[in-house]
Amino acid sequence: MLKAETTAAARSAAPVRPGGAALSGGAVRGRAPKPRRSPRRRGEARAGYLFLLPWFIGLVGLVLGPMLVSAYLSFTEYDLFHDPVWVGLDNYRTMFTDDPRYLQSLRVTFTYVVASVPLRLAVALGLALLMNRTVRGMSFYRAVLYLPSLLGGSVAIAVLWRQLFGGEGAVNQILALVGIDGPSWISSPDTSLLTIIVLAVWQFGSPMVIFLAGLRQIPQEVLEAATVDGAGAVRRFFSVVLPLLTPLVFFNVIMQTIVAFQAFTPSFIISNGTGGPVDSTLFYTLYLYIKGFGEFEMGYASAMAWVLVAIIAVFTAVNFLGARRWVYYGDES
Amino acid sequence: MTAPTAERATDRRRGVPPQPRPTRRTPLRTIAWHGLMVLVCVVSIYPLLWMARSSVVPESEIFSSPSVIPSGIDLSNYPAGWVANPPGFGQFMLNSFVICVGAVLGNLIACTLAAYAFARLRFPLKKLWFAVMLGTMMLPGHVTLIPQYALFSAIDWVGTYLPLIVPKFLATDAFFIFLLIQFMRGIPRELDEAAEIDGAGRWRTFRSVMLPLTVPALATTAVFTFIWTYEDFLGPLIYLSDLNDYPVPLGLRMFVNAMGNSSYGQLFAMSLLSLLPVFITFLLFQRKLIQGIATTGLKG
Repeated sequence: MLKAETTAAARSAAPVRPGGAALSGGAVRGRAPKPRRSPRRRGEARAGYLFLLPWFIGLVGLVLGPMLVSAYLSFTEYDLFHDPVWVGLDNYRTMFTDDPRYLQSLRVTFTYVVASVPLRLAVALGLALLMNRTVRGMSFYRAVLYLPSLLGGSVAIAVLWRQLFGGEGAVNQILALVGIDGPSWISSPDTSLLTIIVLAVWQFGSPMVIFLAGLRQIPQEVLEAATVDGAGAVRRFFSVVLPLLTPLVFFNVIMQTIVAFQAFTPSFIISNGTGGPVDSTLFYTLYLYIKGFGEFEMGYASAMAWVLVAIIAVFTAVNFLGARRWVYYGDES
Repeated sequence: MTAPTAERATDRRRGVPPQPRPTRRTPLRTIAWHGLMVLVCVVSIYPLLWMARSSVVPESEIFSSPSVIPSGIDLSNYPAGWVANPPGFGQFMLNSFVICVGAVLGNLIACTLAAYAFARLRFPLKKLWFAVMLGTMMLPGHVTLIPQYALFSAIDWVGTYLPLIVPKFLATDAFFIFLLIQFMRGIPRELDEAAEIDGAGRWRTFRSVMLPLTVPALATTAVFTFIWTYEDFLGPLIYLSDLNDYPVPLGLRMFVNAMGNSSYGQLFAMSLLSLLPVFITFLLFQRKLIQGIATTGLKG
């Protein structure tokens, strides 16, 4: 059972390959289309589309259609109650030249992504290495450490965070024990974003579990061979373990970055929906929400959404390009 | 869980001649390791412990010490918080439950149907649709948010649970399609081919052969859908405005907004309570959840 599932892990690690060849490979049995389809094949094709019908309706009605509409709306002024008014590139122009709050939301979000993703992955990898042994009680430790990842996105935790990092919160109580008089982390513009980054790093559970699965895939023979050749623990890590793990590191970087750009709930709850203090936690998606559903500038919000797509696409592309330098695939020479 | 242990052991036995490893795993090191792990765990769940403790102590004690051990246990915050904000936490829980059941059913039905088509059937343009499906997995939901809202608003669904549930019946969570496809590909093709040779149609094969064999992946889908739907904040925030319809996250937020400085204990009590369904699900399906993460790399 577990064997099968760990191979599944290896298989799904494959999607991170550049070009995504592994994703579609094997999925689809590409056969040369025959000039005449047998009735059986026709029946199969009909069945295929019937099974896909709900998905198709959703794809057209709730994904592709809305995408076209939002692309159109991004060139308009639209408040939901009146017909959209075409304004050309005005929304995009305003964003970058005449909307300091927008630029602030970009700054906040970039800071958050650049700080939280590497930190979260570093903690996840460190703990996965620590936990990569066969000991009684392992599944208990793993469960406990995974828990924050599962609960961390909820409103309850964001509420908790506000109190933990408040002026009299537990964090300052602990700091007081060692003689430090901490600020009110949440209400100071210099530190409020930091608390949200800490919250993100705290949710290291899912990348940790992925790393752990990856570590278990590393053949014991390889490590034994390195040991026989005289490699110490540090050398083994940098020369054997880490290179073999790079596909998973890469996969985690991609996924976590995409998710981090869309972070919403913590900033909303911690700042009470304002992005404050002084816009220091004004995340991109929060500002999009404020524009779209607070001020009903839905054209502008649509434009923001498309810029977000572009940003994420660029980040992902850069990651893929950079990956050629450092991601190691065993089957390449 | 003993499975990983067993697996590792066979791994290590295979091919490697048993030889003494003097430097490894002395009892002292193992104890030190356990000590370190316990420390890491305590640090990691400290916030949760602090919240639990703060929900059962008097207001004055909450912010006077960082301890997680209460001086005494006073459960009065729970019943008080439960009814503090009309229509009450019971109603919020019930609403969340209704939405979750709808979402889980929708995802199970629609995603399984689509996954079966992609995993087993041959039809024209399959490669294209598969690529499109993967593409939608990566797409930030914000791009479709506003037109979807306009659409649901135009057909008068805003203020109902339909915008939160109906999309699931249309398999918009492509991630689960992918997860189910991966799983179905692992099922030996001979099984459904045998059914077809015996004269079963596509539907019959799907229902009687594939579906029972897919149960483990269906469970993973159900569990994750439940947790994500239960924790979802943006969807209800946009679509629901009547207090009586609020699910737990909105109810909790209202609690924060409505309260003065005097009911932190109740707030923590209800926060903790709101985590309980996810926590119980986690306890019941721990293996499934963790393997779901490990094998598909979904976010947690």
